[in-house]
Amino acid sequence: MSKWASTMNTSKVEPTHLAQQDFTENAGLPDIEQLTKLANELFTALPCDGSRLGQASSLIAGGSASPLASAASQQDFALDGDAVLQKFFAKSASPYQQVPDSLDTSPVFANNSANTSAGLASLDKSVLAGILPNDFGLPDVLKPSIRPQDSDAQLQKLFSDNARYPNSVEGISESSQVFNGFDASLIAGLSPKAYGLPGEDELQQLFATSPKVPVSTSSGSSFYFLDEIKSEGFNAPALNSGHPAFDVQAVRRDFPILKERVNGHPLVWFDNAATTQKPQSVIDRVSYFYEHENSNIHRAAHELAARSTDAYEKARDTVAHFMNASSSSEIVFARGTTEAINLVAKSWGQQNIKAGDEIVVTWLEHHANIVPWKQLCDLTGATLRVVPVDEDGQVLLGEYQKLLTARTKLVSFTQVSNALGTVTPAKVMIDMAHRVGAKVLLDGAQSVSHLRVDVQALDCDWFVFSGHKIFGPTGIGVLYGKAELLESMPPWQGGGNMIEDVTFDKIIYQPAPARFEAGTGNIADAVGLGAALEYVSKIGIDNIARYEHELLVYAMDALRSISGLRLIGTAAEKTSVLSFVLAGHSNQDIGVALNRVGIAVRTGHHCAQPILRRFGLESTVRPSLAFYNTHDEVDLLVTMVRRIQSGKDF
Amino acid sequence: MFDDLRDLYQEVIFDHNRNPRNFRVMESADRKVEGFNPLCGDRLTLFLKINGDVIEEASFQGSGCAISTASVSLMTEIIKGKTEAEAEELFKQFHEMTTGKDEHFNLEAIGKLAVLAGVREYPARVKCATLAWHTLDAALKNEQQSISTE
Amino acid sequence: MTGFDVDKIRQDFPILAEKIRNKPLVYLDNAATCHKPQTVIDSIVHLYSHDYANVHRGVHTLSVRSTDLFESARTKVKDFINARSDKEIIFVKGATEAINLVAQTYGKANIQKGDEIIITAMEHHSNIVPWQMLCEQTGAILKVAPINLQGELIYEEFEKLLNAKTKLVSVVHMSNALGTINPVKQIIATAHAKNIPVLLDGAQAIPHMTVDVQELDCDFYVFSGHKLYGPTGVGVLYGKQALLEAMPPYQGGGDMIRKVTFAETEYNTLPYKFEAGTPDIAGVIGLGAAIDYLNTIGMDNIAAHEAELLAYATEKALAIKGLRIIGEAEHKGAILSFVLDKIHPHDIGTMLDSLGIAIRAGHHCAMPVMDFYEVPATARASFAMYNTKAEIDVLMNGITSLIEVFG
Repeated sequence: MSKWASTMNTSKVEPTHLAQQDFTENAGLPDIEQLTKLANELFTALPCDGSRLGQASSLIAGGSASPLASAASQQDFALDGDAVLQKFFAKSASPYQQVPDSLDTSPVFANNSANTSAGLASLDKSVLAGILPNDFGLPDVLKPSIRPQDSDAQLQKLFSDNARYPNSVEGISESSQVFNGFDASLIAGLSPKAYGLPGEDELQQLFATSPKVPVSTSSGSSFYFLDEIKSEGFNAPALNSGHPAFDVQAVRRDFPILKERVNGHPLVWFDNAATTQKPQSVIDRVSYFYEHENSNIHRAAHELAARSTDAYEKARDTVAHFMNASSSSEIVFARGTTEAINLVAKSWGQQNIKAGDEIVVTWLEHHANIVPWKQLCDLTGATLRVVPVDEDGQVLLGEYQKLLTARTKLVSFTQVSNALGTVTPAKVMIDMAHRVGAKVLLDGAQSVSHLRVDVQALDCDWFVFSGHKIFGPTGIGVLYGKAELLESMPPWQGGGNMIEDVTFDKIIYQPAPARFEAGTGNIADAVGLGAALEYVSKIGIDNIARYEHELLVYAMDALRSISGLRLIGTAAEKTSVLSFVLAGHSNQDIGVALNRVGIAVRTGHHCAQPILRRFGLESTVRPSLAFYNTHDEVDLLVTMVRRIQSGKDF
Repeated sequence: MFDDLRDLYQEVIFDHNRNPRNFRVMESADRKVEGFNPLCGDRLTLFLKINGDVIEEASFQGSGCAISTASVSLMTEIIKGKTEAEAEELFKQFHEMTTGKDEHFNLEAIGKLAVLAGVREYPARVKCATLAWHTLDAALKNEQQSISTE
Repeated sequence: MTGFDVDKIRQDFPILAEKIRNKPLVYLDNAATCHKPQTVIDSIVHLYSHDYANVHRGVHTLSVRSTDLFESARTKVKDFINARSDKEIIFVKGATEAINLVAQTYGKANIQKGDEIIITAMEHHSNIVPWQMLCEQTGAILKVAPINLQGELIYEEFEKLLNAKTKLVSVVHMSNALGTINPVKQIIATAHAKNIPVLLDGAQAIPHMTVDVQELDCDFYVFSGHKLYGPTGVGVLYGKQALLEAMPPYQGGGDMIRKVTFAETEYNTLPYKFEAGTPDIAGVIGLGAAIDYLNTIGMDNIAAHEAELLAYATEKALAIKGLRIIGEAEHKGAILSFVLDKIHPHDIGTMLDSLGIAIRAGHHCAMPVMDFYEVPATARASFAMYNTKAEIDVLMNGITSLIEVFG
């Protein structure tokens, strides 16, 4: 007869750790109907739907000139010394900064646009390394302040300037008014003049006079982020003048699939925002694991277990080092970004979010960074707030500031928009959130493969990304969390490995990260991810960022020249993504036509419906670049889109 | 047959495993702390009798693998008569020997305990050797709750 | 057993040629994870080298290829366990996630304060902890059906636990610590007679025997790919379609939402409702390749070979003085758990490892089983289709020698 009492009532005991959580009040998943209703409200909210966004939305209303000013830039010029000059150059350095989209439709604008960005489209490495001001027609007196040999810190600062994001404070400059009033839905072939848009003269004047933007900063507005604009936490790639040459053809040889032919044509992989291809070193690493090291980990004392445990933990170290976490124990392996966000929502969220609390996301978010929070809000009675974006797809920091209150418990936003490519001013936004005591989750799914991520400099509380989007295997991703935060979080999934001791009436959990890795982990793919990050590090993320930026500039410029093509997402800071629609052609048709010549792009809503609706769209064609893409591939894309546009069969 | 393991399983270890020293409950103990390695299931209870700051007596009860049994057995022998500060110093040295990166660790200075240096090459077994010492550390700090090496 | 050639099979597993300290690897830790045949490794390499794209999303050729490969793997899984429809096959990370998914969706929706969930005393932590967590959250009560000293479920006690308050029975098909194969068909029939659904934890059973979910009539069946000669990072939740349809989604994200219109938001249809985010595409396709491989060998052939190995090993083990087998159920799979007098399992593990023999020493994530037998841990040799009697001889010789060394 058994020694076990045949029944054990776990609810009568006080489990050591479980007792700290109060799950009971959160019992039951959200009612689907209610969830559906609320999700509808969120997703169907028109860009200007004031019911959800309050004041925020009214400020981005319609095509009228909204009172959005480049206030930060005004503040910049009130400063003295190098800082002023650096920030000024930062503004000018970005080719998209002052060129609204759809300009291509006007000969006048096309010229202007070409003039403005000619230097960029043909940038060579030395130019990119230094961003010489005279490429931008800037006053001579300012030129000496930024030189290629300037220190990294300065250059980083240059690109870290988040001040260019307009906000809605007093003291609107004329130039901002003009641009913010620009109607991005302007269709092909119409003269912008007819719509009261700036012509060449106005634009030239604007560029020429930008240093003289009124310095009306004494308006008393709270320039909340200015004091944060320091060298750390920059979003844009750091520029390093001493970088080794980037050889794209050598890189391409590392990716076996790039030799593939599709419909008789060489594969052109422009679907990098959906997933990236794998270098041979990653494929080999996974094979090697299964051929020489395969074992479950942590559990046994035999040689293969030691090998696989070493390989798995080395991968964790590699991840920690890659993102500059302070310790490997801050790295939790998950299936991917989606699961990592769900983990935080269900562990930290259910423990800490209560009725009346607010969670802030931006309009740029992927569904994976909306749905878990909606579910959490429905469960807890918290409210989801959405930060609007401007016509270029840039977060409106002024509106963001207004949403931040003592009720804000969490801000969860993307570092790079998967649909538009916008790079958000993450460091600034994180600091703003921290100022009201909110925690911040940064969604890095689209950023890690394109720009340097330093979680300590960013000071985010969590950072999440997927391995398959940074040249690693599928099925593996990362949740970074600050150590003390992870330690305070209750476990999410229960099972093997996350347990220190189990009886039928109590559980003692392991410390992080094991607490969050229930069951056998995806060992081989974690090891493969480590190899991918090593590969990226070998090429150099700064080299990658630099090359991609140049390619992006080149591609945007070329696509712009196609009449009827509207680029969606024209933020000053953007990376990789070239979303567009083409008048008279369905996105699906374009995708199919491009595939016929071997070009892989994604068409659809990219799991980011709210942001596309912000631009009045249900879907786009989205080529997205990685560092193995070439100018020739971009040329082919442009040629083919042009042919589609002209109705020529190919 | 087990040539590769000669460094790990020295004869001294087998000896202490077969005949652990000071293996008894100490009714008059001043300190009593439990140590537990949930990964192996090793459990031990350490008893100390302290006079002033001198460890007058040490004993233990429990079950574990040969490494952990030998380690705690050796420890109870060696700390007897030491001051608390001396015992703490030994803990540090032992920890350094078993987990440290120093290839040139002075094994002579640590005396008899050097027989456990072999665990360095067996990461899965280090905790078996250190469980006793972590338990001692807790006892010296007068932490009466049970401690765990995980 | 016609056509079953273990030497030929061993050629298909590259890692079996590995040397451990100049000795041939004798891998007897299959209950922790199995090795992968070359075809599985090749399927991953081929995917990444020729066909790889994200699935379900693109109009382009590689996306179509990847989606086809991915969905055909789902069909392979469906056929392998004889589910009715592909919609009943949800890809998850592994058995652990599958049980958590059921606990947090089906469980949260259907189990309330005072309700009872039945498990057995031989469960893996993965089939204990998710239910303990659910009970904490809902106020439900976890009840444990006892086992006897042979390691078998005491059926009368199990039956007595079933009552009107019982909302779910979740039992292991084959115990990872003991090898016991539970009378699952009978368990399911008994529970169904009282309208109680049954989840079977098939993590250990699936590589050793034919599993037919329709014949068993289980409501949920879960297993991990890496224990079925497939890649790590992928597993399967089978659920009856009607149950899955009624369950709320688990994780929120991409792919699990089908349509967001101005009128309504719809969750995606099965199976995608439960597959938020980019799935483990290569893992799923690799699992499909593992199933193809198993089908060429034949599950019945594998079961027969392993039964022979277990019988041989058991006989040899019983002849060793001081060896006690933990788990002596009449119906057992290819697992031999044991302890030795006065020699701790960890010492056994380390010593055997020095001979190239990989077994597991520990609690096997089944601490309650260890408590029941009053052992801190056991040594566990677990067999797969590629193991041989010669390897069992190496194991037994090793055990005999280490007993001598310990004296």
